[in-house]
Amino acid sequence: MMRLPPFRYHAPTSAREAARILGDHGGDAMAVAGGTDLYPNMKRRQFEPKVLVGLRRIEGASTIRANGGLRLGALATLTAIAEDAAVRERWPVVASAAGHVASPLLRNAATIGGNLCVDTRCNYYNQSEFWRASIGYCMKKDGDVCLVAPGSKTCWAISSSDTAPVMIALGATVSLIAPDGERQVPVAQLYGRDGIQYLEKRPEEVLTEVQVPDLRGWRAVYRKLRRRGSIDFPLLGVAVAAKLGRENVVEDVRIVLGAVHTHPVEAKDACVFLRGRALDAESIEMAAGIAYRPAKPLDNADLVYAWRKRMVRIEVARALREVAGLPTGDIPPPAHA
Amino acid sequence: MEKQRFRLRVNGEERECLAPVHHTLLEVLREELGLMGTKHGCELGECGTCTVLVDGQPILSCLALPIECEGREIRTVEGMAGAELHPLQRAFAELGAAQCGYCTPGFLLTAETLLQKSPKPTRMEIAETLAGNLCRCTGYLKIFEAVELAAARMRGESPPSPLEAPIEVIRG
Amino acid sequence: MAETPRTVLDVIGRPLLKVDAAAKVAGQTVFADDVVLPRLLYAKLLRSPHPHARITRVDVSKAAALRGVHATLVGAELPIPFGILPVSQDEHALCIDKARFVGDPVAAVAAVDEETAEAACRLIEVEYELRKASMSIEESLANADARIQDYGPRGNVHKEVSYDFGDVEAGFAEADHVREDTFFFEGNTHLPMEQHAAVAACAPDGKLTLWSSTQTPHYVHRAVARVLELPPSQIRVIACPNGGGFGGKSDPFNHEIVVCRLSQKTGRPVKITLTREEVFYCHRGRHPVRMWVKTGLKRDGAITAMHFRTALDGGAYGSYGVASLYYTGALQTVTYRIPRYKFEGVRVFTNKPPCGPKRGHGTPQPRYALECHIDKFCEDLGIDPGEWRLRNALEPHSVTANHMYVRTIGLKKCLETVMQRSGFQARRGRLGSGRGIGIAASSYLTGAGLPIYWNAMPQSGVQLKVDRGGGVTVFCGSTDIGQGSDSVLAYVVAEELGVRVEDVRVVTADTDLTPVDLGSYSSRVTLMTGNAAIQAARKLRALILGAAARKLEVPLDRLRAASRRIWDAGEPEKAMSFADAAVLAESEHGTLGAVGSYRPPKAVAKWKGSGVGPTPTYSYSAAVVEVSADRDTGIVRVDKVWIAHDVGKALNPMLVLGQIEGSVYMGLGEALMEEQVFRKGLHKIPSMLDYKSPTTLEMPPVESIMIETLDPEGPYGAKECGQGPLLPVIPAVANAVHDALGVRIDETPITPEKIVAALEGRYRAPEMPGFRYPESVRVEPLEPSSLPGPEAQAVTR
Repeated sequence: MMRLPPFRYHAPTSAREAARILGDHGGDAMAVAGGTDLYPNMKRRQFEPKVLVGLRRIEGASTIRANGGLRLGALATLTAIAEDAAVRERWPVVASAAGHVASPLLRNAATIGGNLCVDTRCNYYNQSEFWRASIGYCMKKDGDVCLVAPGSKTCWAISSSDTAPVMIALGATVSLIAPDGERQVPVAQLYGRDGIQYLEKRPEEVLTEVQVPDLRGWRAVYRKLRRRGSIDFPLLGVAVAAKLGRENVVEDVRIVLGAVHTHPVEAKDACVFLRGRALDAESIEMAAGIAYRPAKPLDNADLVYAWRKRMVRIEVARALREVAGLPTGDIPPPAHA
Repeated sequence: MEKQRFRLRVNGEERECLAPVHHTLLEVLREELGLMGTKHGCELGECGTCTVLVDGQPILSCLALPIECEGREIRTVEGMAGAELHPLQRAFAELGAAQCGYCTPGFLLTAETLLQKSPKPTRMEIAETLAGNLCRCTGYLKIFEAVELAAARMRGESPPSPLEAPIEVIRG
Repeated sequence: MAETPRTVLDVIGRPLLKVDAAAKVAGQTVFADDVVLPRLLYAKLLRSPHPHARITRVDVSKAAALRGVHATLVGAELPIPFGILPVSQDEHALCIDKARFVGDPVAAVAAVDEETAEAACRLIEVEYELRKASMSIEESLANADARIQDYGPRGNVHKEVSYDFGDVEAGFAEADHVREDTFFFEGNTHLPMEQHAAVAACAPDGKLTLWSSTQTPHYVHRAVARVLELPPSQIRVIACPNGGGFGGKSDPFNHEIVVCRLSQKTGRPVKITLTREEVFYCHRGRHPVRMWVKTGLKRDGAITAMHFRTALDGGAYGSYGVASLYYTGALQTVTYRIPRYKFEGVRVFTNKPPCGPKRGHGTPQPRYALECHIDKFCEDLGIDPGEWRLRNALEPHSVTANHMYVRTIGLKKCLETVMQRSGFQARRGRLGSGRGIGIAASSYLTGAGLPIYWNAMPQSGVQLKVDRGGGVTVFCGSTDIGQGSDSVLAYVVAEELGVRVEDVRVVTADTDLTPVDLGSYSSRVTLMTGNAAIQAARKLRALILGAAARKLEVPLDRLRAASRRIWDAGEPEKAMSFADAAVLAESEHGTLGAVGSYRPPKAVAKWKGSGVGPTPTYSYSAAVVEVSADRDTGIVRVDKVWIAHDVGKALNPMLVLGQIEGSVYMGLGEALMEEQVFRKGLHKIPSMLDYKSPTTLEMPPVESIMIETLDPEGPYGAKECGQGPLLPVIPAVANAVHDALGVRIDETPITPEKIVAALEGRYRAPEMPGFRYPESVRVEPLEPSSLPGPEAQAVTR
């Protein structure tokens, strides 16, 4: 039986108190929401916090409110978000991304805050203590080299959130509560540039809420590539949000790639290219050809990285076609579905 | 190891136990409460074998802490059958949907929540609901059929029993 | 052995509940990890972090001193080697002076709980001297001086074989067309949902009881006795119901012996439950196999000769490997007419977890190669691949070039059925771009003809006891791993004695209580225990019906028995209950009981390696698979599978369907995603997340059709169904992918990147390792006088 390392557990009822406990314990404490990412990592000894601060007792932490914009309590489960009537109607891409995370069982516990903060992944890192000791630890935990890119000074673990690319594409923000204050940060600025320091969030800051703007006039899609229809982390996530004018002319567009780098990657050049152009077969191909360049998959996830890189171009094109209302090129669903 | 007293409501019973706070719900159910019906296949949230219901939702007991489940309603496979088997259990038995039977408790509990929400689920809905539970024996098909059969019976219909329906064999 | 199939059957052939179904759905089946005993201790193993290393020092003193630790164990304490095959006793309970793969167990601890045992393992000091690790066949051959085992013909070669069956060169000379292909079948693993667990309890009198998730309690019994140097009478092995096996629990394992010894040392029961990662290290799964096949054909498609070469990457230990090696060459001949056949094979040790038997044991790899190769030469010759298979299928009573006797064969019916139901011939090549349909066929054993330890004793024994209320208890050594073997015993006994299934209690897999059955492997259980049960039940039936006949004053041969009643078929009102008849019989004869046993017929094969391949009867399967494939991504989706299986006789058609569907599922996983792969000396993906086991969303609809050929050797005509239906699925997928995209991926799994590479002409076909096979042994066809009976015909053309 894989078991957790020992810890003390606090269950504060306010975010401020949670932040204070985290701050008081420095690096010895970690916050836990659904636990679906943290607990497996703890069982493999990626983390051995002496103190866990459970967030689920925080008042109102899991509320979903849809007025003009959408406010998701950070402790709202991915199932709750994927099934929420207002989210499905007005932010279907949010429901879709939430509904594509892991498996139904995990989504019942996993939270939106947790998924935005999900630890970066690498198949040299997400292994047991025995396995990592055997290969010689990597710099993300207990070692000093990057095993996938041995010459690298930084860690190449992969940002593996399904919701982060979507939230960035939608211009969402998050609230971070510290012991002594509160700030709002665009999700686009939440991520660092390194697989270890992957969050631009102080350890004691508690992510309490995600704010998604009103999206009337926008179309958005999220496409996820993975080996199996369930359970798996993304091999690639493509989020596209676009505001199209007459004759599908792009007024604004954001393309964000997941699982191709240590952080979600905004394909900014492709967006610049598309603005002002009609979204048609030709411009889509051109944009996809630009969009895939910043993707940097390495040999630390499922399947061959050259293939994963190549898929970026294909999936971006398909996502754009979906937004444009063109046939995506996907194989049609089976007759029995 | 410092132990803590937990009060858990399991299958409608108030249960008390002493356990370290870092022992998961899976460990406490099996090792402290003797509820061996909850199985485990990876303890990392990757297989669905240890599924239990907490407040009516299927979750993985290997990734849940008892302290997070206090005051909530926990249901394990032992809570499904009274004097008679639950319709899902009966259908799984009749169709041979439990081969080795090891993943079965997890499938049953996940399926039970589906039938509460959706009394007449499509094959696709069933597959999507059960997509976090792995099985290596059945290829899932008998499980799908069992969920459909149980659903029909729970709707008050009387579909023919698979134990009486003819099965085609061809003389070679 | 079995009598002529009965014409009226009351129990057999019906979809009945499994005898353990209620317990399983209620979550009350007691698996090995559910066994809890008073004063239980928990064991953990310390495993080698190095793929190949000499162990120069093991110091357990700090671990032993840890509070809560009750015993430690090192390899030197258990110096006697063991292994499943008599020819490869190369394992130790714990490594003594050498570790051969990452995960090889080196030391063990028993403590008050698992956490303490694990902490203690971390305190054990081991010094290693690293040796060159060989992670592939090529590396092992190149590193001949860094030997992994100290036996085998040379270097890291474990076993090599080479046979010519008939004049193969003459066969190729006669051919109008010759084709050669090379294939690679990647290794993969069983991944049973239940992680192996074992509990040992040493009683104060020294007697030892072991509960384990094993498919082969008899062999575990032997291994424990051998290593612990105890008389077998002092050891009782109980196989708990297995939470899935698929071959992965068929070897005696280190951890089983370790808990026995730890229990002896502590005088307390000791449990071990492996983590999922440790299960990957136990492995014994599908061998990675490189294959080369060359076939000579006449213009009409008739085969003149076939030459098949295999190279197996065996991992660090022997396991079943010698048998696996022979199996990669044994069954090519039992599907289609191959008048002359040459087989060369080699198994090489590597520093990886040992490979062994997984569902289909050694035959899915060559079957995949052969069935893809057939499609390729059919294309060369312009023959429809379905038509070729139909035209060249063996006839009943064939004796193959390598002396295998095929008595009944439903292959043509299987092929016709799946072709007709799928519309194969009309639809192949016409489904449009990105969609395809493929076919393949196969054969498998119904039990190995020879036991692992060659002897004249039966392979399966059954004992029956009758209670005074009409209940019957069956005792048999067989092990239920989910396939329903306990239920089959109950059905057979109920059928023969005329009682209801619920009147039969089944006690199995307990070496103290049950007569030996060799275990749940090689698809042997239904046929062998079924025949043994029939024999025992007919003896008992004669006693009980004899008493009834005298009481009712009816000739014995007029009595019928069913559903707890015995009556005169001529005058049905002349009747009595089974229970009353049993009382009469016991009054007359004393305590009632009977035994039955089964031994397969003597094989006709006359050559040295022919212990592998013969079977009481072969099962047959054919599958058609339809796929959709994405040209841009290379992703393949299986849309539908049609499969027909010659099961001889479906004793319970519901359970047979379950076996067929489960086999299809596992075959699809192996075809498209499952692979046991290594990197830098380690298993790359030892987890349920990263080892890709298909979910509900990958499973297509399957149309399964049972074909009954009523084999005279099978109980009521039954053959196996638990392994064979996996075999055609994998090549049928590959052939369907070719139909969809026009490219061939000559290796498994067929992953998106390989397809994309092939579509761009970048895909490189696998190559054979540079290995010089030994001088071939020539085996001539059987003389007519050696054929098994007058109907038998040797395949000579």
